[in-house]
Amino acid sequence: MPSPNPGYDPVRVEALSETAVEQALADGLAAVAAARDLDELKAARLEHAGDRSPLALANREIGALPPAARAEAGQRVGGARGRLGRALADRQRELEAERDARVLVEEAVDVTLPVDRRPVGARHPLQLLQEGIGDLFVGMGWEVAEGPEVEAEWFNFDALNFDPDHPARQMQDTFFVEPPEAGLVLRTHTSPVQVRTLLERGVPTYVVCPGRTFRTDELDATHTPVFHQVEGLAVDEGLTMAHLRGVLEHFARAMFGEDVVTRFRPSFFPFTEPSAEMDLRWKTPSGERWLEWGGCGMVHPNVLRACGVDPDRYSGFAFGMGIERTLMLRNGVDDMHDMVEGDVRFSTHYGMEI
Amino acid sequence: MRAPLSWLRDHTDADASTSAEDVLAALVRVGLEEEAVHGGDVSGPVVVGEVLEVQPEPQRNGKTINWCQVRTGPGEEDVRGIVCGAHNFGPGDQVVVALPGAVLPGGFVITARKTYGHVSDGMICSSLELGIGDDHAGILVLSEADLTDVRPGDDALPLLGLDDVTIEVNVTPDRGYCFSLRGVAREYALSTGGGFRDPSDVGAPPADDEGHPVRISDHAPVRGRQGCRRYVARTVRGVDASAPSPAWMQRVLQACGMRPISLAVDVTNYVMLATGQPLHAFDLDRLRGPVVVRRARPGERLTTLDDVERRLDPEDLLITDEDAEGSSRVLAIAGVMGGASSEVGPTTQNVLVESAWFDPVTVARSARRHKLSTEASRRFERGVDTDLADRAAELAVRLLVEHGGGSAGAGVTDVDERLPREPVRMRADLPARLSGLTLPDGQVDDALRAVGCDVERSGDEVVVNPASWRPDLVEGADLVEEVARVVGYETIPAVLPEAPAGRGLTRRQRLRRSVAAQLAGLGLVEVLTYPFVPEGRHDALQLPADDPRRRALRLANPLSEQAPLLRTSLLDTLVDAARRNLSRGARDLGLFEIGRVFRPDGAAAAPVTLPAPGTRPDDETLDRLRAGVPAQPLRCAVLLTGAREPAGWWGAGRPVDWADAVETVQAVARGLGVRLVVSQDEHAPWHPGRCARLALPDGTLVGHAGELAPAALTALELPERTCAAEMDLDVLLAAVPDVVRAEPLSTYPVALRDVALVVPVAVPAARVETALREGAGSLLEEVRLFDEYRGEQVGAGQRSLAYRLVLRAPDRTLTGEEATAVRDAAVQRAAEVTGAELRAG
Repeated sequence: MPSPNPGYDPVRVEALSETAVEQALADGLAAVAAARDLDELKAARLEHAGDRSPLALANREIGALPPAARAEAGQRVGGARGRLGRALADRQRELEAERDARVLVEEAVDVTLPVDRRPVGARHPLQLLQEGIGDLFVGMGWEVAEGPEVEAEWFNFDALNFDPDHPARQMQDTFFVEPPEAGLVLRTHTSPVQVRTLLERGVPTYVVCPGRTFRTDELDATHTPVFHQVEGLAVDEGLTMAHLRGVLEHFARAMFGEDVVTRFRPSFFPFTEPSAEMDLRWKTPSGERWLEWGGCGMVHPNVLRACGVDPDRYSGFAFGMGIERTLMLRNGVDDMHDMVEGDVRFSTHYGMEI
Repeated sequence: MRAPLSWLRDHTDADASTSAEDVLAALVRVGLEEEAVHGGDVSGPVVVGEVLEVQPEPQRNGKTINWCQVRTGPGEEDVRGIVCGAHNFGPGDQVVVALPGAVLPGGFVITARKTYGHVSDGMICSSLELGIGDDHAGILVLSEADLTDVRPGDDALPLLGLDDVTIEVNVTPDRGYCFSLRGVAREYALSTGGGFRDPSDVGAPPADDEGHPVRISDHAPVRGRQGCRRYVARTVRGVDASAPSPAWMQRVLQACGMRPISLAVDVTNYVMLATGQPLHAFDLDRLRGPVVVRRARPGERLTTLDDVERRLDPEDLLITDEDAEGSSRVLAIAGVMGGASSEVGPTTQNVLVESAWFDPVTVARSARRHKLSTEASRRFERGVDTDLADRAAELAVRLLVEHGGGSAGAGVTDVDERLPREPVRMRADLPARLSGLTLPDGQVDDALRAVGCDVERSGDEVVVNPASWRPDLVEGADLVEEVARVVGYETIPAVLPEAPAGRGLTRRQRLRRSVAAQLAGLGLVEVLTYPFVPEGRHDALQLPADDPRRRALRLANPLSEQAPLLRTSLLDTLVDAARRNLSRGARDLGLFEIGRVFRPDGAAAAPVTLPAPGTRPDDETLDRLRAGVPAQPLRCAVLLTGAREPAGWWGAGRPVDWADAVETVQAVARGLGVRLVVSQDEHAPWHPGRCARLALPDGTLVGHAGELAPAALTALELPERTCAAEMDLDVLLAAVPDVVRAEPLSTYPVALRDVALVVPVAVPAARVETALREGAGSLLEEVRLFDEYRGEQVGAGQRSLAYRLVLRAPDRTLTGEEATAVRDAAVQRAAEVTGAELRAG
């Protein structure tokens, strides 16, 4: 606030005159309007609204006016400063918006550039399929059981009612582990898990066991010495072949679609009686044919007995479906080599879900 | 088993309109799976031709072709000119001519074509070209094939059986009787409900004492089972052994996949194919005395018909003869193969036909022991009809007499020591209880009778005497399968069972999936490798001589002698996948595998006395069985090579280094909520200076990670600087708490304190960090190494490690003094433990 200015004629202060204030305001507004960017606006603010601007100087004079004159002068100068301030603010917003828009334009990039800056991983389809099958059965209240890959012959054969001299035992194309007296084999099927499960869990039992199995087949387009099965086992009171068929048809529809056509036909396995095979009707380049999906049947009474389960009270069913076969049919894999050779392109193609 | 449709028609209601597909569809319903259809791939016109003229024409290439005139019908226009390269025929011979338009096996279409300067108007065929033999050398001359009553122009297809189709079905090991036309026809009739005419339905003459003497003398039954329970011997005298077997018989044998050999052999094979009873023909004049069926004696040998001299095992059951002095000579391995000494040959005049029942176990063991799976052994080891031997022998005798011109010998030997068979008793409700079908008693009885059983009911039991050809029917469940397949598996409804409420996946199973997802999320690709390991792999991996990973299980029968071991670590085999990818052009690889390895403890397995079949072992035996199975820990391995981050428009890539390997393990552990302690280690195959040991806080080893040793990489033919990690998931997953407890979150502000510590380079960073944590105490929220410096400012042999300490209290804002006091305590502790000094400035 300036000090009183006794030598000064307050009425005649030029800076406070209507003309001068209007002129200062007009100059200010013009400068604001003329500002093309934020820097020019800043310069205009300094010049026309800063401490040394005409309006600021005029404002200072008001304090020296006689009280009667202050109101009018104050109104005039205050009004002008207010209008200029609003104009500055408006322009500031406009220019900022313009600048922001410009920055966005300047910062634009080519978003179609490749962005593979990190390698992309993938799960193996056979594993994903086994997990999916596990989920399907878990959804029905079943549980997922596991067993060893090097297995005692007793679990792999004897407990499953394979007589040591029966041709069925020879037909398994078994890998034997040395020394022979240790009685160890690479499991030829996931069925020994039936025995382990029944011995450990007792009845009732509803489990699936996906896992690796081994036979002495040379690798070719449709065979592999190391393959996967999913074993199913349900033992309870009152289970019948109708339940077996119901489960397998549900399973088949989940794997191959609602329209899948299945065939249930008599077969033979030492560890099931009655035994059956489930086939799928499949379109091939040479026409429609039945393709074997897996074996199944009612758990043989000798298997139940070997596991301490009374076959007169309980019955059960078991099945063992090929995972590779399922993947080949479901996803159209033509050659077994692709599944087993560990070529990353095979897994990568599927990503994290099949 | 193969069955020509024409033969099947003779014994069932199948007729000319019944196709191979019809028959196969009927058979699969009762459990004989379709395998193949053979034949039916020749179509006419294929006719009989009479050669009128053969004009040899030498060619410039040195060959001589014949320009032939062949009459292929009654008219003048039926004389055709045909070029033929073979020379085993001449004017007057009747041959088979494929005329233009005919299709021979393999889709070979015959046309009139210009060749060697003539238009050859058809083809004179060899048996190979017709698909009925393997004799390509010459043209099939009909008179030589015993086909005489034919005229030019006759359709040759039915003449040669080429209009016939043969089906092949897969016979499961329980259905030995289906290795015969008799069995297949029986099953076809069963499936279709039609008639069945038994090919073994002949009247056999009763046994007498006039036949060739035979003695069964089994002093060492295998598993308590006498090796031979019936031996029928018949003789045929005055046979012309050089007479060919009839063409129809040869056609059946060929259609069934067997080669015609001589009349005697063909007849025995034919009767076997017809009835399922294997027979053997001996030259009666070469037998020196009675036939004795006995076990082999030590040191005995036999040269079998395949010209292999075999050392016999005391378990082998033998057919021997015995001369007047009682000295014994081996003639055959019972039920497997005969020997050369008593073989029927072209000069044979008198034949002894053996038709016996040998025990499946004895035959199976001999066949396996001598690696001799024969048509006979395959049938015996599945169990031959116990009530067939005399009739099969009679069939053979009749055929030999009919086609060999001899006469049946007077005597009939039948040593019959068969045991009566116990009936099977089945609870009456079992068929419905197992099959899920609604089955009235009458339907069950009818079904069982349809498969040849005698059925009676006694209270709530069904008493069943199975047919003599069904040794597989031993208990109720076996009978239920018979009922179900007669009623039809396709009639069984589909019903979803209701399982009791399940518990979902186990925590371990979920964690395992989480690990895999984590690794894939880190940009690694999951692969699966075979667990078979080459002998030298552990050397290539630079494992020390006493490394427990060298103690691998060995396969007795590996697929390849190159890879007889089972992996003891995943890296054993993951390197193969890496190499394969690299060889296929990949350069940057990040692989992982989750799988089992096999870690025998080296101790000899305790002997286990196995329980009798169908009985539960006692707990001690079970424990021993389980303990005998070697440890198979679940592992996870990672292999990285090339660039971890690729180069691109954003700049240079980043090559894989040791830290990437450690990071994968740490990331997996962190994802599971497990903190791992890292320490420096020297552990092959890793680079001794770049190998991290990762352990649980209590010191339990989880795995190793880092860069692989250069020597290992050279030996494995992998790129330099390849990095890897392997962890034991059993250990890691077990360290995850069942339930992760919550921790309260403080909302008070953090205080940051940075410290730079100078330590000797030999001090591992992990120790410095641990000391800082210990010193800082509970107010330390996080410690982070943000800089490592080596150089003049800290002096030789030293390095500066700069840490940021993030401090926070649960209940208040820390004052500056408090934060500094924590920092000082942390530095103090680091100084005590590692000799660290606070860096000046």
